[in-house]
Amino acid sequence: MSKILWISNARVIDPANKRDAEGDVFAVDGKIVAKLTAEQKKKAQKIDAKGLVAAPGFVDIHVHFREPGQTHKETIETGCRAAAAGGFTSVVCMPNTTPPVDHAGTVQFIQDAIERSAIVHVYPTGCITVGMKGQALAPIGSLARAGCVAITDDGMCVQNNELMRRAVEYAKMFGIPVMDHCQDSAMTQGAVMNEGFMSTKLGLKGWPNAAEDVIVSRNVILSTYTGHQIHLQHLSSKYSVELVGRAKARGVAITAEATPHHIALTDAAIAGYDTHFKMNPPLRTDEDRRSIIEGLRDGTIDCLATDHAPHTNFEKDKEFDYAPFGILGLETAFAVCHQTLVRESKFTLRRLVELMTVKPAQVLKLPAGTLSPDAAADIVLFDPNEEWTYNATEGFSKSSNSPWHGRKLRGKVKTTIVAGKVVYQDGRIVA
Amino acid sequence: MPWTRKHLIGIEELNRDEIETILGTAATIRHFLDRGAKKLGALRGKTVVNLFLEPSTRTRLAFETAAKRLGADVVSFDAAHSSTTKGETLRDTAQNIQALGVDMMVVRHAAAGAPLYLSQRLNIPVVNAGDGAHEHPSQALLDAYTIRERLTTLAGRKVCILGDILFSRVARSNIWLLTKLGAKVTVVGPSTLVPHWFVGLGVEVSHNLKAALADADVVMLLRIQHERQDSSHFPSLGEYTSMFGLNKTRASWLSPDAIIMHPGPINRGVEIDSDLADSDRSVILEQVTNGIAVRMAILYLCAGGDPEKVAQHVE
Repeated sequence: MSKILWISNARVIDPANKRDAEGDVFAVDGKIVAKLTAEQKKKAQKIDAKGLVAAPGFVDIHVHFREPGQTHKETIETGCRAAAAGGFTSVVCMPNTTPPVDHAGTVQFIQDAIERSAIVHVYPTGCITVGMKGQALAPIGSLARAGCVAITDDGMCVQNNELMRRAVEYAKMFGIPVMDHCQDSAMTQGAVMNEGFMSTKLGLKGWPNAAEDVIVSRNVILSTYTGHQIHLQHLSSKYSVELVGRAKARGVAITAEATPHHIALTDAAIAGYDTHFKMNPPLRTDEDRRSIIEGLRDGTIDCLATDHAPHTNFEKDKEFDYAPFGILGLETAFAVCHQTLVRESKFTLRRLVELMTVKPAQVLKLPAGTLSPDAAADIVLFDPNEEWTYNATEGFSKSSNSPWHGRKLRGKVKTTIVAGKVVYQDGRIVA
Repeated sequence: MPWTRKHLIGIEELNRDEIETILGTAATIRHFLDRGAKKLGALRGKTVVNLFLEPSTRTRLAFETAAKRLGADVVSFDAAHSSTTKGETLRDTAQNIQALGVDMMVVRHAAAGAPLYLSQRLNIPVVNAGDGAHEHPSQALLDAYTIRERLTTLAGRKVCILGDILFSRVARSNIWLLTKLGAKVTVVGPSTLVPHWFVGLGVEVSHNLKAALADADVVMLLRIQHERQDSSHFPSLGEYTSMFGLNKTRASWLSPDAIIMHPGPINRGVEIDSDLADSDRSVILEQVTNGIAVRMAILYLCAGGDPEKVAQHVE
């Protein structure tokens, strides 16, 4: 017997189909359908979504699920639960695990774990270089064949331009983009926060915008030269946004993402040396923050991505210099972006949904982010106005390293549906 | 004279009255010491621990001496032989020391923010004896004390801080303190070590030594660290000395009564001409001596001592 789902009375926002209207969403056997027959309607599982928005499930192309090897921080199972709680139905995992994903066998290990324990769609990525050491190409073809949707040495930006050029050229053959964390390592030795007035005042080693900008420029040049897509991860600098805008105007195959924290926070937050504001790239100035927002508004930056980076409390509870970089993102992303982009920056809700669904899906050509007939019935129901207080220690991630812990947020995910099946509802995982 | 703080983390958060309270208390203590008082027993029966996780000679000895002159027992912590080398976290190290029943902790740490971090996690007073490139409040206080002793007031005085400003906690604490007490501060040195961001802290930034030293009442030198040339902040110590070292010619540009200060350790012949360091204008050793009374005042106040009742503790 087929499984039928009928979501009624929702405000349906489906940017891929330019839809933003009151209506219903239907699914049969895990796929979206345009309508149900009278017979199907009788058998359907009905969800009354009055007062809620129904949208394609969110897509996050930048998460760290730490499996294999760092499972004290997160696992594919717990990461997926956090994703579901945040309304995400598709996520892309970074390969900086232990060992790093530089071997098809490791991809298979991850695929097995996904098979076993994932309640949302999880896509692996592979390394650009062996061991993310920036010295020799990883077996990119084998990684692609094993299911990697992109390659990246995330966090360990390839410094050698010749090697990067060859990686992009080689990856082009398999149709998978190269994702790059743009950071000149010589310019950021020992750096822990943005270089500027705040780092000067706090006496912390500063990290100049220029260290990002030079690699963004390098990538624009290499993308132009090879004719292949390079995706720029988590842009944080104003000048980088300008560089990407100019490259796109010339038709260069560059794409870019921005994180909720880089649009919501600035380096002023580090005044108390709270390590929950330590991330890579670092929080920058308000001028940078505003440029990122404008880049998201005009499409220079393609999409939002969380860079969900779990670390245990004991790892984060250190001197600022010694704590690891990174914060959680999945469970707070929608509320934080809604506050920053819709409430404060007057984006339409439809634009926000677009930046969290069809746009990130397009960057990596994932089958996600739309409510078109025949698409997977991945759906999120949220209340854009509900106020709630985020308690990171009671969240679904295995870790709780969030700067929004204890903060009152507005905009709450109520129900998450993956392939027609409710996996999260009203604060509980039901998969 | 108000004092309500339990910790001394930085000068940034102190207001003028609080700074005056410390300097005033130090002056009172100095008065009794100069009249032959061996000790002020305000901390008798208390234990002060020196948690020095970064090498230090003068600051550590000065805090130790200050604590002993207040009658405290002093325990010093040697990072080289401690559990920190076995991977123990700062929090665990500090909480274990607190569990030994110590009453106060003086902290020196290579990481900016470490004393603040500890003050948020311990029940006992925490005194910052230098954290990374952030603050070194006791040094700035003893510097201000020394300037006033020589030049009466700070208000309107032109102070030039010369050297590696970027990596200097002494510079930052002094910038806060001197500007709060009305001095005009110029930071000067190579552009790579004196970034323009310092303007935001209310000082002038200069790379022109002659203009910066002209008519200055105080020149405060900072040690140039050898490792900075490896990180390409400047070409060589020799070039530094030729461009920014303080020699007799350059000292002649200063105001006639100007004093030369240095928090130590000095590199003779690098940032300062050796004879100048020993000249009448140099107050380098006075700074060290004044450091005792100033640090006694800090420990006394953070332990809850009443600034009006110092005399009661004279032994």
